[in-house]
Formats: sequence, C-alpha cells, structure tokens
Amino acid sequence: MQIFHRSFNTISKASIVGLVLLLVAIGAAATAMFRSPYATRATEPITQPVPFSHKHHVNGLGVDCRYCHTTVETAAFADIPPIETCMSCHSQIWVDSPMLEPVRRSFRTGEPLEWVRVHDLPDFVYFDHSIHVNKGVGCVTCHGQVDQMPLTWQQNSLYMEWCLECHRQPEAFVRPRDKVFDMTWQPPRDQLALGRKLVKDYKIRSLTDCTTCHR
Amino acid sequence: MDKEQKPLDLAALRERLKASNGREYWRSLEELAQTPEFEEYLHREFPEQASMWDSAVDRRGFLRLMGASLALAGLGACTTQPLEKVIPYVRPPEHLIPGKPLFFTTAMTLGGRAIGLLAESHMGRPTKIEGNPSHPASLGPTDAFSQASVLSLYDPDRAQVVSQRGRIRSWSAFQLALSSEVAGFKNNGGRGLRLLTESVSSPTLQAQIQDWLKLYPQARWHQWEPVHQDSRVQGTRQIYGRALNFFHRLDQARVVVSLGSDLLCEPVTGVRDAGDFAQRRRIGDPAKPEMNRLYVIESTVSNTGSVADHRLAVKPSEIEPFANALLEALQSGSESTGGARSTAADTDKHQRWIAVVARDLAAHRGESLVVAGDHETAHVHALAHRMNSLLGNIGKTVVFAETPEPAPAVMTDSMRQLTGDMAGGRVDTLVIIGSNPVYTAPADLGFAQHLGKVRLKVHMSPYVDETSRLCDWHLPQTHFLEEWSDARAFDGTATIVQPLIQPLFQGISPHELLAVLSGPPQSTHDIVRSYWQKSRPGPDFERFWVKSLNDGVIEGTQYAEMQPAATTAAGDQTGQPSAVSRQQPPARDASTLEIIFRPDPSIYDGRFANNAWLQELPKPLTKLTWDNAVLCSPALAERLELANEDVVELQYRGRKVKGAIWIVPGHADGCVTVHLGYGREAGGRVVEGLGFNAYSLRTADSPWSGSGLVVKKTGERYPLACTQGHWSLEGRTNVRSGTLARFREDPDFAHAAAAHHPPASLYPEYDYRGENAWGMTIDLTACLGCNACVVACQAENNVPVVGKVEVARQREMHWLRIDRYYTGSLDNPEVVHQPMLCQHCEKAPCEVVCPVAATVHSSEGLNEMVYNRCVGTRYCSNNCPYKVRRFNFLQYSDQSSPSLQLLHNPDVTVRDRGVMEKCTYCVQRISAARIEAKKEDRPIRDGEVVTACQAACPTQAIVFGNINDPNSKVAKLKKLPLNYGVLEEELNTRPRTTYLAGLKNPNPELESET
Repeated sequence: MQIFHRSFNTISKASIVGLVLLLVAIGAAATAMFRSPYATRATEPITQPVPFSHKHHVNGLGVDCRYCHTTVETAAFADIPPIETCMSCHSQIWVDSPMLEPVRRSFRTGEPLEWVRVHDLPDFVYFDHSIHVNKGVGCVTCHGQVDQMPLTWQQNSLYMEWCLECHRQPEAFVRPRDKVFDMTWQPPRDQLALGRKLVKDYKIRSLTDCTTCHR
Repeated sequence: MDKEQKPLDLAALRERLKASNGREYWRSLEELAQTPEFEEYLHREFPEQASMWDSAVDRRGFLRLMGASLALAGLGACTTQPLEKVIPYVRPPEHLIPGKPLFFTTAMTLGGRAIGLLAESHMGRPTKIEGNPSHPASLGPTDAFSQASVLSLYDPDRAQVVSQRGRIRSWSAFQLALSSEVAGFKNNGGRGLRLLTESVSSPTLQAQIQDWLKLYPQARWHQWEPVHQDSRVQGTRQIYGRALNFFHRLDQARVVVSLGSDLLCEPVTGVRDAGDFAQRRRIGDPAKPEMNRLYVIESTVSNTGSVADHRLAVKPSEIEPFANALLEALQSGSESTGGARSTAADTDKHQRWIAVVARDLAAHRGESLVVAGDHETAHVHALAHRMNSLLGNIGKTVVFAETPEPAPAVMTDSMRQLTGDMAGGRVDTLVIIGSNPVYTAPADLGFAQHLGKVRLKVHMSPYVDETSRLCDWHLPQTHFLEEWSDARAFDGTATIVQPLIQPLFQGISPHELLAVLSGPPQSTHDIVRSYWQKSRPGPDFERFWVKSLNDGVIEGTQYAEMQPAATTAAGDQTGQPSAVSRQQPPARDASTLEIIFRPDPSIYDGRFANNAWLQELPKPLTKLTWDNAVLCSPALAERLELANEDVVELQYRGRKVKGAIWIVPGHADGCVTVHLGYGREAGGRVVEGLGFNAYSLRTADSPWSGSGLVVKKTGERYPLACTQGHWSLEGRTNVRSGTLARFREDPDFAHAAAAHHPPASLYPEYDYRGENAWGMTIDLTACLGCNACVVACQAENNVPVVGKVEVARQREMHWLRIDRYYTGSLDNPEVVHQPMLCQHCEKAPCEVVCPVAATVHSSEGLNEMVYNRCVGTRYCSNNCPYKVRRFNFLQYSDQSSPSLQLLHNPDVTVRDRGVMEKCTYCVQRISAARIEAKKEDRPIRDGEVVTACQAACPTQAIVFGNINDPNSKVAKLKKLPLNYGVLEEELNTRPRTTYLAGLKNPNPELESET
C-alpha cells in the first residue's frame, strides 16, 4: 500500500535541494549584511557636537590635513586638534557664529568638546598612522575623499580583510610620499608598476604577522 | 589538602641523594620523594581542583546554560561596536604627543636610601617604572619593589580623606585644629611635642625638621623603622668613634665574604651591588675565563647565599664567634691554620672553612671584601671593618664618606626613649609620619599600650592602618609619584623626586605637614625648590633646576670620600672584644632553638602588604605566595616530626604566635626564620588575615635573632600557596651548571650529558632570513633569583593577579617565573635559579595543536598569541613542554576599580576570561622600535629593543636582540659553549630563548665539602 502520493518523490527531492539552497542563501545574506554599511557603519555621516565640515575646510579653504592632525607623521594617533587650534582662526573669523558657540565655550571654560569617533578600530588592534604615512599610504586610501564630506563618515569597512588587501599587496595601493596628503591624486594606469617601484624604494614589507597589529 | 599528611621520610631522601651519581636537580622535597600529591600535579595539566566543578549549579543546570550560551554565542558577534567618544585637549600640555609615552626622572626611597627611576607616563598616567641609567644606585635596572610601586599608587584601598577619630574632616579643619595646639607650644618651647618619622633621606625634610626643632627647642624628633640599620651605625661607632656612612664597590672585589648579609638583594642598594658583582662574575673572555668568589655564612636562606660559591649555614649566635675567629686567622697570618685559638667555631668543618677563607682573603689584599649583614650585631660589623682595614680594602672595595646631614639615629634607642617618655606621661602631642609603630614597634616596649597616654595623636600614612586606628587624626600620605620631594642615594647623590600625577586621593606630603607644624602652609613644590635655591644661590638656578630634573641626579651632591681613622688602637692584634668594646649579648642557651626575624622578601616590613603584585610574587627561595611561614631546616623538621603546613606555636620570651611550618633545604639547623610584615589587622583589603604577625615576638634588645624559642606542634594545618611544584617539567634536565674549573677543562661540558643528534623535523621549515630574528639568552651564572623581572613583566604586560585560592589551584598568571632548582645535599644544597618564560620555539609544539590558529608563528620567529582568536581549548598549554602558557580561568583582570584602569599599559591588550596568554617577547616594544627604525630608513639597532624583564635585571642576566645580526650581543652570547636550549636535544623544539649554563667558582681547598 502506498501511503504517500507519487508526487511526494519530487516534492521531497525539491525540498532537500531547496533546504540546501536556503541555507546557502541565508549564509550569503548574512555575509553580505556583515560586510554591508549597515553593519560596518561605513558611509553613514556621524552627528557631532559641532557640525564640522572637512569639505569646507579642506576643499573650500585648502587647509592641509597636518594643520590639525599634527602627529600623523610622528605618532600612532593622528591627533584630534585641541580647541586651541580651532580658535587660532575662529578667534578672528566667524567669531559670532552660533554654530561655533560650543567651541568658544570650551575654550572659555576649559571643558573639552566630546567628539564622536568616526574611525573606531577594535581595542585589540594597534594601528599606527605614522608608519603608514611614511611608507606612502595616502589619507584617501583609507579615509576616502574627506574633502568631499560635509559631515565626516567612515569610508571603508575597517575589517581585517580590508586591511589585509593592502598588507598582502602593498604595491596596489601605495603612492609617492609627496602625494600622501593629496586629496585628488588618482592612481596611474600602471599603478602596479609604480607600486612595485615604490615598494622597493621605500623598503615596504608586506607585514602579515598577527603581532603587527595584535598584541 | 586537609587530609593528614605524613611527614616526608627525609632520612630516606638523604640516602637517595647520596646514592645518586652525577648532578640531580630537584625543585621541592615532594618532587624528590615522589609523593602521590606531586605525581598528581605532574600528570594532570592542571591539578585536581582546576577541573573540579565547585559551583552551586548542578549538572543539568549547567547543560541548560551551555545550550543557551551556545545558541546565543553567535548573536554576540552581530552587535555593532558602541559609539566611542574622542576628547581632545583644550590647550595641550607641552611635549605631549598622544599615544607616545613620556619618561620623567624621579626616585623611590626605602629604608632611608633612594634609587633613581624613570617613570613612564601615558597621557599623564604613570604606568611603568624603569631605572635611571645616570643614577648611581640604579645604572638602569631596578628591584621588585620599585617595579611594583605603580600598583601602590593606584591602590583603591589607600587612605582617601583626612579623618578625625573615623569622621571625615578636611585638611583645613586639621590645620585649624593644629594651629590652636601649636600656639600653646610656643610658650613652653614645645615641651611634650614629639615627632616620629621613618628614616629621612630627603635633605629638604631633614632641613625642615631641624628648623622645626629650632622653633621648639624642647620638642624631640624620634625615628623608627622596623628594618633598621642600627648595627651598621653602631658598628662604625665602635671602631671609628662616630657613625660613618660607607658603601661597597663590588666591581673591585675578587673575593667577597658575607657575614649574614644578603648584599646582592638588599632592597634598593642591592641593585647596584648586584650589577657590580655580576661584572666580576661573568667569565669574560671564554678563552681566559675569570670569576670572583663569594663565601656566605648565614643562618636563613637568602638570594646571596643561593649564588655563593661556598655557603655555610650556622645558627645566628655562631656568626659572631665565626667572624671573631676569621679576624684572628687573618691577624695570625695566612700561613697558620687559623682559628686554632677560636673558642666557638668548634667543629672541624668550621675551622677548615675559616682557615681557607682567611687564606683566600689574605691572597687578595685590596681586592677582597668582608660584608656584615644589616641584621647581624654591631660587633660583627666592627669585626668586618677591622678585617677590611687589615686587608687594605678601605678606599678600594669599602668606601667611607662624610655626610652633611646629622648621623642616622640608632632607631631602637630612639623608639625606647619615646615609649619610655610616653609611659611616663611626658608626651603630650605626638605626630607620626609614615611609620606604623603600633604594628612594627618592638613587642616589649608596649607602644600601643602607652600611646593611650598621649593627649593628641596625629598619624600620617598611605593607609588607614593599625596605628591610625589608635590616633586622633589621620592624614592620607602622598605616594612618591604624586608629590615633590628629594632623596639621597647610598653615596649621597641627591635626586629631585618629581611627581607625575596630581595626588589621586587628596594626599598630603610630609613636607606640607612639617610646614604646617612650624608655620604657615606652603606648597610642597615651593618647599623643595626653595631648599635647593638656598643651596645654589645665583642667577642660573633655573638652569640648575631644570638640569637636575632632567638628569635625575643633582650634580655635586655625592658625599666626600674619606679615610676613617680608627679610634681603637690600630696595632691591636688580638681582635678580642676588649678592642672593640661592646655590651655582652644576651646569653644564648645552645640547647634551645633560635629565632630569626627578617623583612619579608616580597612585602618588606609590611608596608607593601596591600600590593597584590608583591603578595603574589613567589618568594625567592621558598616560592610561597600570600603568606609567611615558619621556615626551618629539614633536620629540625625531622626531629620535631613536622611536615609542611603543620601549624606550630612559637613560644619566645613569654609571647606566643601560631604559624605554619615550611621546610627549607639549606636553612641552618637549630633555628627557625619568621618573616615580618604579615598578620595585619588593618591597612587594606589585600592584607588582612594573611599569615601571622612576627612582630608580636620581636623585642628591642635582639631585633634580628634570639634564643630560647620553643616550637610546639598544634596538630592543626594551614594551607600555604606555594608555586614550587607548579609547572613541573617531568624529570627532564632543564638546568645545567658546573664549575669554573670544569669549564676550563671542558668548555663544552654543558652539552656533554645530552646526546646531540641532528635535529630532523616533520614540519616545514620557516624562512628566517629576513631582517630580524629575535632571540634571548639568560645567564644562569648571573641570575640571582631576585624577582625584579617577574614584577617588571607583570607591570609591562598587564598581567593580572589571581589571589591565594587560585594560586593554590596552580592558576597564577605570571608570564615569567623563576624556577629554583636544588642540587646536592638536603641540608646545604646548591641552588640554581632559572627564569622560565615562553621559549619562542622555532618548532613550537603549541602552534600545531591550536584548532583555531590562535597561536601562530611570525616571520621574525616570535611565537604569537592572538587573544581575539583564542577560544580557550587549552590544547596549546597541554602541549607546551616548558609549561609557560597561562589561562584566564576566571575574569582575573580587574575592570571595575576605576583607579586600577589607569594602571594598564595602553600598548598591551587586557585579557578577558577564557583566553590563553603568555610571554610575547614584549612585542609592543619590538613594534615601537621597528616603526621608529623604518621611519628613519635604517635597521633596528642592537639594544634598541629591550624587553621589560631585561631592563629590570640588576645583573643583566637577560639579553635580547636580533640573532640574524652576528654582531649583536645576543648572537655573540649564543655562540658561547655554555649556551644551551632547554629540551632542545630531547624535543627538537629549537627554542629562541637559550640559557648560559650556570658556573660557580668554588675554592679547590674546600671543594670536597660541597
């Protein structure tokens, strides 16, 4: 006696295949979501206590990165400028702007401003700006075109796989040292040829040991 | 461990040791006896309790929890990081680059002597201490106490407020209350006004006290320090008529005799002495090896004794006769048998010893040194001075110097006078600074009892301790990293003690208190600065001040060297006590036991008792943590049928205390040692209820030893947390040692025992031909086992403490441990100290078993541990033949006490529960050096990367560097024939950390004895 109808053969086969496909699809979706800006917060402008615009200061006024991020060439931390730096201009211009009141208040009272971190690596990662800048990694390579950001956002995922893209193949990303702070530099057509030359000239090593970043 | 433990059959052990041929190394008596307990330790990766389920949750509940956590585990990864703030300065401080540490010179004082330090500051937080290379007491390295001082700074248990009989008051309320008191003393010249301090090494504070005494001529200044140097002061007084300062130059000495002195590991002064000693200890050119020779006569066990070429263990009462006999032998000329007329050194062995030592000393006139221990009698000191004078060592290996400040007080007399006056009602107001006399004063003086008769009692100390509880006012004292001061080193060199941080807990400095006692309040900075301004008048003071701060030493402040003139007849040849007049010591009955009091090797006189790093630091020879014990010789334990951890009652001069027994091979027979500093009743969460109070037995007339002790077995047992059996390496030979003579004969002796077969490996070869390949050598000849490296590692690498219960479960977290091996007889074994840390094997057994690749190999040969990948299988630890991996069984790192968060080194991850960790070769320092070198486009220089343990090592036993560079120091050391890798031949692990076999330089005339 037959309990199940013949069509159940097809249905069961289909559902087995379907289940596998479903699992694969869920996995793929999860992976995609893990890498998506939803999870990485990339390209999401961050609200700050003062709506500071890199676009205005860098693109509009032509202020160099290092005017504010003073230690980017010497230390691990690129430094968030002290209020004193803001006030070096804003004690002269836009002195009455209500938008800048938190800055002036901070300068008056000595109470620091609390900015929200845009690029926040996990605490077990020890990143050093100075060595990257010295070896020809441009600001734009990691931070994107900051000069086009009215409010700053994180351009890249900052995932380890993203770091390793360059650590495994630095020649694909490095640029001449004098172009590091250039916001508009575009890699040439033969970037790999240029990269290989720079890797040789700057003695860049592809460091992929765990302790390069984790310790 | 509460089950009845049979005392070990020590007689059988002796037989076994005698029968064994060749060198057999053992770490504990249990190991030697192969007791079931020890076997269990050995065969389980973690001892019984470690895998025991001691939670209230039952099995079902546990499985339910496990299921739920497994289901939820994945979800944890789905959360995004919380938004973090970044807060810049409003006006940045000068010189500060965020993320880069700054180093400031400062100094720490202990027992009246200072060691110059460099304190590392991260964004205003002092996190690590290094030695100041320009300071004479340090020359770069440090001791364990200075390394641990940063933890004391952030200790949340420190006194945080001014209080009056337990009620919170303010500093200004205290000043107001005091000013009305002071007004009264103005009229009577300060009668009844007393000041009690510890030994004062600060010239400014000295001057302040002298000024205060001028203001109140009837007032008195008393000094008390439980670990005092009275004998040192009295010894020079006996010989030279006045108290003189003197110190040693061990780099000039070829033969050193220690009469009960732990000179190489004395707190503070031992750092320089050990460094100087090691200079002469290293063989130098392997073709023409030379070594100094060290004889130690001592009662208890000390690090100096453990590295001696010849060590004689005698009862404390025998040291003085021994010194007498040695002087006699020296006087009667090296040709005679010496000591023939000696009355007390009565055994043949002692006589032979004396004759041989005297001959050796006489053969090295001007290059020898006799050192009397701070804990011996004044007479022994006087004898040592006479011997050094006779040997022409004065001005060569012993240097005398003039001190500008008044001579140090004889503290016991000072304390006796104070308590006498207190008892007689002659003390109205007592101001105590820094000291804890209720706990530390000699028991027979009854300080606590007489304190009640004092009307007004003011106490300033870092903790609310036993004394504070009996005083009217308590003032929180600043830590040396919080406030300005100055301090003198052993040779007089002054250093400005520079603060690195504002007082964390509203602390007040002794300078401020003194200012308030004698006039209007002043800031400490002004007080110290104006003192030096007075001593350096002139327009260029600012430059002098800045230079002194920058260098960490003040130019021209060393004491002037002098040639002391003996007041006793120089030509006196008898050497009898008539020449060096003295009071008779209390008669010692040879039939009773003697008791020895010593400062604890980890917590000193008790002042570091609330420092968990020091509490958990295994004590150098006993390897005990978190407790003191009654140390005795195996022979005594045998006679009294005592086993380790048996509680005994010590009855001594009508006072009693109970403590647990610990048998120490090499301890002199007929006496027991107790360490001071435990048995505290107040002073922080860490200290209370640990060990027993040895001060309660200690009397003023014989502070360091005495006879008439009765040891009574109580039948109770007390568990001690001892680490010596932990991390055992099943019967494998890890240490290799020999003698200088053997080395001369056969430079390759260290490799003779092991069959050297060409290593073959199934694993693929790594390519190490890159720029750097890191390696380390540790010289077992130079290692004293002083523990400075262990604490330095703990401070540098954010290593947590686990507590006594967890230590007993073998869960201590130290990345670097010092294994102490015995070899030879049970009663006076030879000792080898071996620092053991991750060996960074080129063929690492741990790497191949990790299922998640959390421990991997770097291109520079480091064995890397990636905390974030670790899932805690512990396979790696199981497979590590060196047992150097540590697992966070629980959440050991304190992430809740706010002040302790400031302590962490920001360059090293703070590990959580469930993660394996181990020595990284201080990879954060390698990274920092690499980045700097690459920015300057040059290779990393030799000596640019200094690991924390290496930097702290007083004898420079640890050397680290690039083995690919044939000119690096480490590469050269690795070429020495003494160089060997632990288990290299057996397991082919190819460790990057290698050892230089330990050498001793015994006198051939005495060799048959050891």
